[in-house]
Amino acid sequence: MFDDFFTRALIAGIGLAVTVGPLGCFVIWRRMAYFGDTMAHSALLGVALSLLLDLNLMLAVFIVAAAVSLLLLLLQKRGALSTDALLGILSHSALSIGLVLVAFMTWVRIDLVGFLFGDILAVSEADIDLVWGGGILVLAAIVYLWRPLLASTVNPELAEAEGLRPERARLYFMLLMALVIAIAMKIVGILLITSLLIIPAATARRFATSPEIMAVLASVIGVLAVTGGLFGSLHFDTPSGPSIVVAAMGLFVLSLLPFGRSTETAVHSSHGGHH
Amino acid sequence: MLNFQKTAQTPLVTLSNAGVRRNGRWLVRGVEFSINRGEIVTLIGPNGSGKSTTAKTAIGVMKPDEGWVEKKPGLKVGYVPQKLAIDWTLPLTVERLMTLTGPLKGREIEEALHSTGISHLARAEVQHLSGGEFQRALLARAVARKPDLLVLDEPVQGVDFSGEIALYDLIKSIRNQTGCGILLISHDLHVVMAETDTVICLNGHVCCRGTPQMVSRSPEYLRLFGSRAAQTLAVYSHDHDHTHLPDGRVLHTDGSITEHCHPGDGHHHGDHDHDHVHGPNCGCGFKSRLQGYDDKLSGVSEEQDRV
Repeated sequence: MFDDFFTRALIAGIGLAVTVGPLGCFVIWRRMAYFGDTMAHSALLGVALSLLLDLNLMLAVFIVAAAVSLLLLLLQKRGALSTDALLGILSHSALSIGLVLVAFMTWVRIDLVGFLFGDILAVSEADIDLVWGGGILVLAAIVYLWRPLLASTVNPELAEAEGLRPERARLYFMLLMALVIAIAMKIVGILLITSLLIIPAATARRFATSPEIMAVLASVIGVLAVTGGLFGSLHFDTPSGPSIVVAAMGLFVLSLLPFGRSTETAVHSSHGGHH
Repeated sequence: MLNFQKTAQTPLVTLSNAGVRRNGRWLVRGVEFSINRGEIVTLIGPNGSGKSTTAKTAIGVMKPDEGWVEKKPGLKVGYVPQKLAIDWTLPLTVERLMTLTGPLKGREIEEALHSTGISHLARAEVQHLSGGEFQRALLARAVARKPDLLVLDEPVQGVDFSGEIALYDLIKSIRNQTGCGILLISHDLHVVMAETDTVICLNGHVCCRGTPQMVSRSPEYLRLFGSRAAQTLAVYSHDHDHTHLPDGRVLHTDGSITEHCHPGDGHHHGDHDHDHVHGPNCGCGFKSRLQGYDDKLSGVSEEQDRV
């Protein structure tokens, strides 16, 4: 009943939403939203490099995003500037260098808007394989790293003292972020990737009673946002990436409405006793 | 007999002349102590004196830049950090907090919550707890893992006086029941847990060390806080006559400031109780006169203290 391209978009979008849910939870727990933005913006430099060096697009984006996060770790260790300032420098430098490089390459015509805002309606079957293959890899890694990641989110020193390895978990987490950004770029675009990470997770917070439930809920809410956004874009003839983000935002606003939760809170505090 | 004790009691952790340096500045230097099973060691000292640094070095979170730290192989640590802010966005109940760093059986969780008196809070979110309840939850988490060494960084912070006594009683009973070693950091310079075996006063180096004097001997203290407190808290009496300023200079009690300590300076004046001894590395001229300061082994340091 739908066009093929729409079905492909739906399958890819759902795969991405399921993948980013748990990762997005860690982004907001660790207050790394701006960090996600920086990695995403650096993706354009990856695009430019892939054209210049004739590399696979996703691979180039992954390498650049990973390199930027390692660079950030190094700069943080020097400790001269605040992380905020460093992120601002890295983020916009990478984006601008990417744009400048693209401008130099007069022999290629690239659809810049497509990279910035994504073009989910253009995903191919190979893209779907990559989204789902990469997604399963990311989810498996998160399940495997769950305890050290969560413990070091609460307190890295506590995790270290009790035999987990927070530094290693953090490194893997950054690589997973880079991978997800490389996968997501085509679907929601460089400028909107972070919103797909953050908004479903933030929406899930209200309904979650444990970190694990929140991670699963974030995936479910992401799937709803992708589905809603895609049907919306079909119906209103709006750009697909932004439509998905608008749908996610709509769900978030719904989660702010005072239903259900008030009674739940009452139960909680009476259970908690003397608050 | 002595030999037997020595072999039977491999220390859980030993710090030898340990020092930590950050950004060209020594946070703490020349730290020497060890903790055995069933032993309580309390670190005291002013803010920035290196208490937390020392504790973190002891459990391997920070690496010493000089000296060394020897941990018993397979040492299991339970750690209550000084600051633990859990972001509101993380939904975490007390029950879930228990298994943060390792799996536990349901029964072990129940026992830990019961022994810390917060069974009724098992399903409460940690962000909703009061200061005292949160400290108990953190303690329960650290205890539930059945550690060999429990490291508590200011466990009674934000807890009122009666709560403080209750928490110290709790720590005492944990030690008595499990026989674990405890490294305790106290936020109070003069009042420590009565059960403490060794008090170590830090100020960038080991200032002095010894056993706490039982508070029950002090009638004023009894009058002030009652006998209940006297069983739990003890006074560690000591008196520093100079302060190390952040820039490395030294402020003396008479108001003068010098580049270094005077050779004759001490951290103590005249007729004080000799229930503790000076460290060898004050940097204030005492070193030459205080050799073999480890009172437990040599037993001569009291004499030297009097020199």
